[in-house]
Amino acid sequence: MNAIDNKWIGTRTIRPDGVDKVTGRAGYAADNVMPGMVWGKVLRSPHAHAVIRSINTAKAEALPGVKAVVTAADIVNFPLDKSVMLGIQDMRWMCRNVMAREKALFHGQPVAAVAATTAEIAAEACKLIEVDYEVLPHVIEIDDAIAPNAPILHDFIKYEGKPSNIAGTMVNKVGDIEAGFAQADLVIERNYDTRPVHQGYIEPHACTVSCTADGKVTIWSSSQGQFMVRAMTSLLTGISQSNIRAIPAEIGGGFGAKTIIYLEPVAVMLSKKSGRPVKMVMSRDEVFRATGPAPGMKATVKIGMKKDGTIVAAHGVYYLQAGGLPGSPLRGPVGCSFAPYNIANVLSEGFDVVSNRPKVAAYRAPGAPLGAFAVETVIDELCEKLGLDPLEVRIKNHARPGDKAVYGATFGSITFVETTDAMLKHPHYKAPLDKAPAPHIRRGRGVASGFWYNAGGESSAQVNITEDGNVTVTTGHPDVGGSRASTANVTAELLGIDHSRISVLIGDTASIGFSNLTGGSRVTFASAMVVTQSTEKVIGQLKERAARIWKIDPEAVDWENGEARPAGANAGKFPALTLKELAAKANEMGGPIGAGIQLNTVGADPGFATHIVDVEVDTQLGIVRVIRYTACQDAGRSLHPSYVEGQIQGGVVQGIGWALSEEFLYDKTGKMDNASFLDYRMPVCSDLPMIEAVALEIPNPKHPQGVRGVGEAGILPGLAAIANAVHDAVGKRFFSLPLSPPKVLAVLDS
Amino acid sequence: MTDIRYLAPQTLDEAVGAFAAAQGAARILAGGTDLLVQMRNGMAKPGTIIDIKKIAELTTIARTADGGFRVGAAVSGAVLAEHESFGTVWPGVLEAVNLIGSTQVQGRASPGGNLCHGSPAADSVPAMVAAGAVLTIQGPNGRRELPVEAFPAGPGRTKLAPGEILVSFTLPARPKGSGDAYLRMIPRTEMDIAVVGLAVNLTMANGVVTAARVGLGAVAPTVLLVEAAAKALIGSKLEDAALETAAAACRAACNPINDKRGTIEYRTKVAGVLLKRVAAIAAERAGRA
Ligand SMILES: Cc1cc2nc3c(=O)[nH]c(=O)nc-3n(C[C@H](O)[C@H](O)[C@H](O)COP(=O)(O)OP(=O)(O)OC[C@H]3O[C@@H](n4cnc5c(N)ncnc54)[C@H](O)[C@@H]3O)c2cc1C
Repeated sequence: MNAIDNKWIGTRTIRPDGVDKVTGRAGYAADNVMPGMVWGKVLRSPHAHAVIRSINTAKAEALPGVKAVVTAADIVNFPLDKSVMLGIQDMRWMCRNVMAREKALFHGQPVAAVAATTAEIAAEACKLIEVDYEVLPHVIEIDDAIAPNAPILHDFIKYEGKPSNIAGTMVNKVGDIEAGFAQADLVIERNYDTRPVHQGYIEPHACTVSCTADGKVTIWSSSQGQFMVRAMTSLLTGISQSNIRAIPAEIGGGFGAKTIIYLEPVAVMLSKKSGRPVKMVMSRDEVFRATGPAPGMKATVKIGMKKDGTIVAAHGVYYLQAGGLPGSPLRGPVGCSFAPYNIANVLSEGFDVVSNRPKVAAYRAPGAPLGAFAVETVIDELCEKLGLDPLEVRIKNHARPGDKAVYGATFGSITFVETTDAMLKHPHYKAPLDKAPAPHIRRGRGVASGFWYNAGGESSAQVNITEDGNVTVTTGHPDVGGSRASTANVTAELLGIDHSRISVLIGDTASIGFSNLTGGSRVTFASAMVVTQSTEKVIGQLKERAARIWKIDPEAVDWENGEARPAGANAGKFPALTLKELAAKANEMGGPIGAGIQLNTVGADPGFATHIVDVEVDTQLGIVRVIRYTACQDAGRSLHPSYVEGQIQGGVVQGIGWALSEEFLYDKTGKMDNASFLDYRMPVCSDLPMIEAVALEIPNPKHPQGVRGVGEAGILPGLAAIANAVHDAVGKRFFSLPLSPPKVLAVLDS
Repeated sequence: MTDIRYLAPQTLDEAVGAFAAAQGAARILAGGTDLLVQMRNGMAKPGTIIDIKKIAELTTIARTADGGFRVGAAVSGAVLAEHESFGTVWPGVLEAVNLIGSTQVQGRASPGGNLCHGSPAADSVPAMVAAGAVLTIQGPNGRRELPVEAFPAGPGRTKLAPGEILVSFTLPARPKGSGDAYLRMIPRTEMDIAVVGLAVNLTMANGVVTAARVGLGAVAPTVLLVEAAAKALIGSKLEDAALETAAAACRAACNPINDKRGTIEYRTKVAGVLLKRVAAIAAERAGRA
């Protein structure tokens, strides 16, 4: 089934959701309307840090048109002293993130919410809610948060015995770094800092919730997992999962940030109190102020190398901004930064730092791009000073199958060497580059690599043969990046029928088995696995039906080209039976044909990427532009090449924005100063060259089609590759992101 | 929901009458690409909107008797770009107007709206200042004229008196050997607000600059006419020394703020860099004219 003459796998079929999306018919969460629906609106903290002494909602409740008001009193309280986890999320923090309790911890944190007959009345009512705040000194930056006399966000958090804003630590260690550094011919240590960046999905968070008189809740919302929506809403509202049905809407991007919820529990309580369906839609301003960015970082990385390029020791210390509540993705930089390399002596340390910013959420390979930025620029500098080729040095040090990662795993069928080697041999790497095409223009080239864990996890699928002999496939994952198209290709290939006869759907929590988040680069890997097993079961049923009709042994039936054929001794004895014919006889021969599989999938190999980038620097204005970009990942098997390339290109673009222009800016009061796409500068199309995505296909032996997850690794190398390219262009190293024009010019002129 | 009255008068007199009668509760609507944004984010809550796009004088581009141009205040960027000769005579003004927003925004955005919105970073304004445009303004007390550089009064403020409407921009006739240009510094390539915007308008004879005007935006509370920079250029052959003097004059004219879009130090440096680059483009165009 992995044959080279695949008819559907590896082809660019039209995505099942494509027509609806380009014609504007696709149903996103904000499109939903219901009879009797009212509008929910959140009142947000105007302070970065304040004790909430009391909330008086009487005036808001008295406003005509207001149907319900909720505060933290309506959300389940998870006491601070006891952790309750759902996946990687601690409900102590989640309940406070959806509704502030004792304290407002960042500007924009929800403190109350109103449902009213119109959005205007709801907004009006929010203004009538009286919140008595005791404003406290706030702290935004890491250095300020860990300074000796910093305002403390959470008194119960202690570090080294004292109240602290360091909410957690993580250490990975192998060997002895001091002994390792002693063997090195050159040791370089550098300090880094970066700013938080937002996932920037085009669709703001939105939901519609209906809570009926018998206590049944239906949620329509945009998320990266309807089962997560159900579970988290259940925990935060106290309503059992069996009484909640979460229906996934089409999703306009998530990039990790829609793996948690903000609105749903609030909307449920508003609906429960008002007896009406409640709709809530965030504005872009709210998205920026109160939904998860990726953390900013402060780091120190020290690496020792021998003259021949062998990395003998590495030490990384990473402080990440968690936001107002603990939980930054330490395992990103701590576990991933050195993972591409087999290094004998490694110490990797992470610190989770709270400050008065929105709580971070996952963003494409959470935390890992930051560590890669630091490590991959130090490696570049070592190579430069030792006169070594940076890609050859990477290949020399790359981990190989069977090596043990510093984070503990023993690597399976990884292909880091092959990936970097493909870039070493790519024409881009040796292409001539005019380094000074004009007096004030300098060009340079940079490379970098990056590692991400990837994941398998729980997935479910159901494959049914319709009465007229066509096929429906249902999975439990919101389709963010084209997974329905890949699913259709796999099913068509296995059944040997035309792609257009298959309809791929995403089930809600009541219609399909549990499926974990669309995240961790896992969906194509995991859903192809459950779809394959379900389809194989269906094929088994079809062969069995044919055998019964022919009165032969099912083992003596082959399934080929969409039909059952007698095989072996019976070959040619009976005319083949097509899927349509078998479907028509289904009821006489034992009933409907269909099968489902629910699995905790394993065997996802890590994600890995190596990039080459050319930049152009305007040395008078400090502007850096990317002029050529080549990005390589091993997809194992591209079920649908367009969506593999899409993932790679998307990751690259986000890395470019992170490197060059995106950052959260705060004013003196602790309020975000650039909460719009005008001033929060994500790259636009005209900022980008065509990004060449090179997808290798070295099959993952643990997957039926050979798939390796590709969703996240594409964001990893860009930050460092661009900084390295800028160094190549202008001869100066940059340790602080973004490389915004004022920053670049200041370094150039220094 | 608050009710909004929408008027679309056919004549300027009607528009001025309605505008004055509303006593500050009305707003003029040209393309709406600033006004509607302000209404949506709650910064503007007009009781009446007076759409001026039905008034012929505000939406036409005409040649003046002496060979100049009169551009209606509400002419959109796209319409200006389609004019048969405007862009060849005033390429700098046209490129500045056409830099506003995107293709979609260009279908509506007008130079009049750009100026009346009062942003110190408005792209078309430095080019209009360099071009020496003269404004025609009509209000309850009749018509008056004003050089464009005298119009802005500070961020978001203009010298329009209550009830007054900007009618048109008059651009003078061009001597032979003239060229103009506009460049802005933005961190991205599109969809951004000028960190610095600079326009140069030159007339040259035998390689010598005989007339020059320099307009500088986004570095002070209003767009500036930098006379000292023009003076440094006039009489020169745009030698390095003259350009450096003019660049220094632009830097000296800067009185910027530190904000999310740029630092004082950065904006000041960039003003000098842009002067040199824009002067080179304008001179090239003057040579070709
Ligand atoms: C997506 C987007 C991108 C943008 N990009 C840019 C850019 O790159 N550069 C830039 O400079 N601007 C930009 N803008 C801002 C805006 O498009 C420009 O300022 C445009 O020129 C405004 O023209 P308008 O005709 O749409 O003005 P309107 O919104 O109709 O009016 C603007 C203001 O002027 C007043 N007004 C308009 N005409 C008159 C008149 N004749 N007499 C008196 N008062 C009047 C209005 O009442 C209002 O206060 C952008 C806007 C958007 C939405």
